[in-house]
Amino acid sequence: MNESASDIEIDLLLESIFQKYGYDFRNYSKAHVRRRLDQRLRLSQLGSFNAMRDQIIHDPEYAETLLRDLSINVTEMFRDPLFYRSVRELVVPMLKTWSYIKVWHAGCSSGEEVYSMAILLKEEGLYDRCQIYATDFNQYALKQAKEGIYRSESMKKYALNYQASGAQASFSNYYHAQYDSAIMDASLKKNIVWAHHNLVTDSDFAETQLIVCRNVMIYFNRHLQNQVHKLFYNSLSNGGILCLGNKESLQFSDFADSYEELDKKQRIYKKRYAN
Amino acid sequence: MTYEAVVLGASAGGMQLVKNLVTSLPNDFGLPLIIVQHVGDNSDNVWPNLLNECSQVLVKEADEKEPIQRGTVYLAPPNYHLLIEPDHSFTLTIDERVNYARPAIDVLFETAAEAYREKLIGIVCTGGNFDGAKGLLRIKELGGMTIAQDPETAEASAMPKAAIQTAHPDYVLSLDGIKKLLLEIHTAKTTSHELEN
Repeated sequence: MNESASDIEIDLLLESIFQKYGYDFRNYSKAHVRRRLDQRLRLSQLGSFNAMRDQIIHDPEYAETLLRDLSINVTEMFRDPLFYRSVRELVVPMLKTWSYIKVWHAGCSSGEEVYSMAILLKEEGLYDRCQIYATDFNQYALKQAKEGIYRSESMKKYALNYQASGAQASFSNYYHAQYDSAIMDASLKKNIVWAHHNLVTDSDFAETQLIVCRNVMIYFNRHLQNQVHKLFYNSLSNGGILCLGNKESLQFSDFADSYEELDKKQRIYKKRYAN
Repeated sequence: MTYEAVVLGASAGGMQLVKNLVTSLPNDFGLPLIIVQHVGDNSDNVWPNLLNECSQVLVKEADEKEPIQRGTVYLAPPNYHLLIEPDHSFTLTIDERVNYARPAIDVLFETAAEAYREKLIGIVCTGGNFDGAKGLLRIKELGGMTIAQDPETAEASAMPKAAIQTAHPDYVLSLDGIKKLLLEIHTAKTTSHELEN
């Protein structure tokens, strides 16, 4: 199929971002990238993607804004409560067999799901033998995540999610509200290392027992998904657990046979022992 | 014109309408029908399964990266936006709500318009908000066929009204009119297909 003129302009724009700044969006979902670029194009009052490309090459500040547009993902605490219920029931007993547990939250964005997991691990008595690596390539999101300050208003929804996840305690134990902000309790942050890591361009991370990467790869094309799956496979110890988003599947990836399904619906997988 | 896909958006009052429309399609329906219907965040697969049981066409939730097939009705999964790629496969995202909605009709329509251009049919039906109006306009700008349900016959009139005001669609039809038009396009398509062979 012939690409339209604007498709070609977008390809050139992404190529320029990669060459100039090293961030690689060339294997992202085209429809998604176009939507976010369109939004920025309208806000910047530039006439075309070509004009935008020119601006990006010569204006690092503008490029910074665009990188933020392309990389910020929204999430919430205990998003998909039944996933967390399944982690409690199926994954926690396995984690308990390890004396020291490394958890990698890949593409952690502004940190909501990292704190959710920290709360869960704490309640299950595992937090003190965990090291949680929370990584993202967006410095801005990472900074937000590290601060752990969220809007009080959102906490109501999160509390409902928390309860639906099969938790027993009170969600308000885990944050301190002040005016319209809520800051996550320091005890949750103790074993979290926030680090800059780019799933697309960086290599293996560390040997980990649990990788959580939910709703990050849905933005990637099939080729890039396989590349990241390879990275995860190489970063998981034998019997390690991989958690994906509710609509993501290993089924069509190159690694379908490398894992067994622990929970098909909640997309929780266990790495098979390599021969 | 040979059309290649139909996108449809419905909100309040949409369940009855979608059921009525989908169950009327013949099993060899020559186009994919892709639907965003506003539903609660945590509803599960019950609705697509139920529709599938009483329909002649295959009805399913759209899967991430799934290639779009004719004769199939796809429903956007709750709490995800549904986008169409230039290679005619689906992408799901968890981006911010658009028009307070996720899935949003505008997101489906705008990406479908880019992917199918003049070979797309867009339909805005019953609903109590204004989602879909901008998307329908985009379909029109790129040469596709645009339809709004006649607000007089819609259970909730705000959404088709907004679509009519913004996009000035090619057709304003009752549900029966929409069904009839889709079947005519289907027949024309299968006939021309037979002639080609």
